[in-house]
Amino acid sequence: MAFKVIKPGMLALVQDLGRLGYQHLGVTTGGPMDEPAFRWANALLGNDDNAAQIEITFGMFTLEAQAQTSIAITGADLAATLNGHSILSWQTYQISKGDVLAFHQPTFGLRAYLAVKGGFLIKPVLGSVATVMREKLGGLTGKGDKIATGDRLPFQETTYHKACHVPRLAIPNYDQVEIDVVTGYQYDHFSGLDRARFFSSEYTLSQHCDRMGYRLDGTAIGRNLKGIISEGIAYGAIQVPSDGQPIVLLNDRQTIGGYPKIGCVTHSSGALLAQKKPGDSIGFRYVTVDHAERARHLLMSRINQWR
Amino acid sequence: MNDALIFPPDVDMVSDHACLLTFSNTICNEVADVIAAVSSALCDSLGVVDLVPSYTTLLVVFNTDHFDRFNILKHIHDISTAIDLEKLSQQAQNEVEIPVYYGSEVGPDLEGIATHCGLSTDEVIQLHCATRYRAYAIGFSPGFAFLGNVPEAIRMPRKTTPRLKVPQGSVAIAEQQTAVYPSVSPGGWQILGRTPVSLVDWESDSLALIQVGDTVRFKPMSREDFLAQGGLLDGV
Repeated sequence: MAFKVIKPGMLALVQDLGRLGYQHLGVTTGGPMDEPAFRWANALLGNDDNAAQIEITFGMFTLEAQAQTSIAITGADLAATLNGHSILSWQTYQISKGDVLAFHQPTFGLRAYLAVKGGFLIKPVLGSVATVMREKLGGLTGKGDKIATGDRLPFQETTYHKACHVPRLAIPNYDQVEIDVVTGYQYDHFSGLDRARFFSSEYTLSQHCDRMGYRLDGTAIGRNLKGIISEGIAYGAIQVPSDGQPIVLLNDRQTIGGYPKIGCVTHSSGALLAQKKPGDSIGFRYVTVDHAERARHLLMSRINQWR
Repeated sequence: MNDALIFPPDVDMVSDHACLLTFSNTICNEVADVIAAVSSALCDSLGVVDLVPSYTTLLVVFNTDHFDRFNILKHIHDISTAIDLEKLSQQAQNEVEIPVYYGSEVGPDLEGIATHCGLSTDEVIQLHCATRYRAYAIGFSPGFAFLGNVPEAIRMPRKTTPRLKVPQGSVAIAEQQTAVYPSVSPGGWQILGRTPVSLVDWESDSLALIQVGDTVRFKPMSREDFLAQGGLLDGV
């Protein structure tokens, strides 16, 4: 049984928690751009943490159900409708055969997650169904294709349904403009003035923002710095090429690189950033590793306690 | 042991889930041996999610459910210091031989390199094949191995404007590095020839032909052999 894709929208991708354990071969991780939203969707349905979902960017995405099931929607509010009636994010809905589920345009955030009871049933490549278009890996075909009109997104039919929603306290505020950064890598190579500029300036998301990285426009920093010997790039790393404009490297980042890096955006802040659009403004906030670790444990324990 | 080596490595927590180990500030084979050894000693640890070895560093990505910022450092220290550095150089490295058709129809920069270096194309090919290269890092795209070091006599900088499409299997150089493009991609390296061999096969158990730390040699092949082994002549 499956959802049939009526309209594929701008970008809808199959994702799980990512293709882990292959970065030494140059294979990136992929995975949900908003990991907390992804984890909550599986938790709401009692799914495995890693069960496959659809990441819907921007919207314009319409599906028709071919069987009964239960779904969860989390992440951005893309003005979703079920048979023409508005439905909300961060909760579960029962689906009957013939139901039409549509995501229109973003009203809050950019990326929504659609989970189905038991997860979408898709064959993994290198242990993961995460779609990385650039590497031609994962997704429905295994070759990194985005979801297209006429595709069938398979699931196991079920009469199970439990109406539930994410606790209000746990729903992130996508309007937050402070993005948390752990300093590291070549932080010491940046001058005191450049560090001060970085943490006190407003940066605007440029038109060049995708799953690989978010390129920012604002106060240039570290223009005098030379390249470094190429090294591994962690999730959220902020690299600064010679034009001085920072680029935050996200899920589909390349695995190694030779530009100086001032630090890393934390997991939860990377998820917030991924919900923003070109033209939105942000500011960077210094946090300790300790702070980042506590934020991570708080998220995980909230989800686990709720389960 | 080598003066350039920092051991145990400097460890920098770069995030709540990753740390960067620095083993040296300069690139050399001894340092690469140590990185390979630490990497293989860490790869079976429960809670270590990903390891990204490069020229002088190793990025360790860990699961925050298994390790916090204190016990990952202890774990890395314990694993590293248990390695006997004296024995590393005696360990045999995996050697990979890659056949290459060096012809201008698949190596559009071969003549340019010869002119740039003041050599004949045959001399360029001979020098490229005479060296045993080491795979220092893999990245840029899946299976793309950065191999060093190219003999001084045939070094040439990257093209000022990268090509939008470099065909799969293209063998190229950039300064002291050489590489094979595992898949079609944009690229600015100077292309010498093409191999019919697949660098990556996600269906196979080996996945990638070249691993970090391997030794690689190139061997010239004829046009006939290249075509017989499934080589394609599609344009650059």
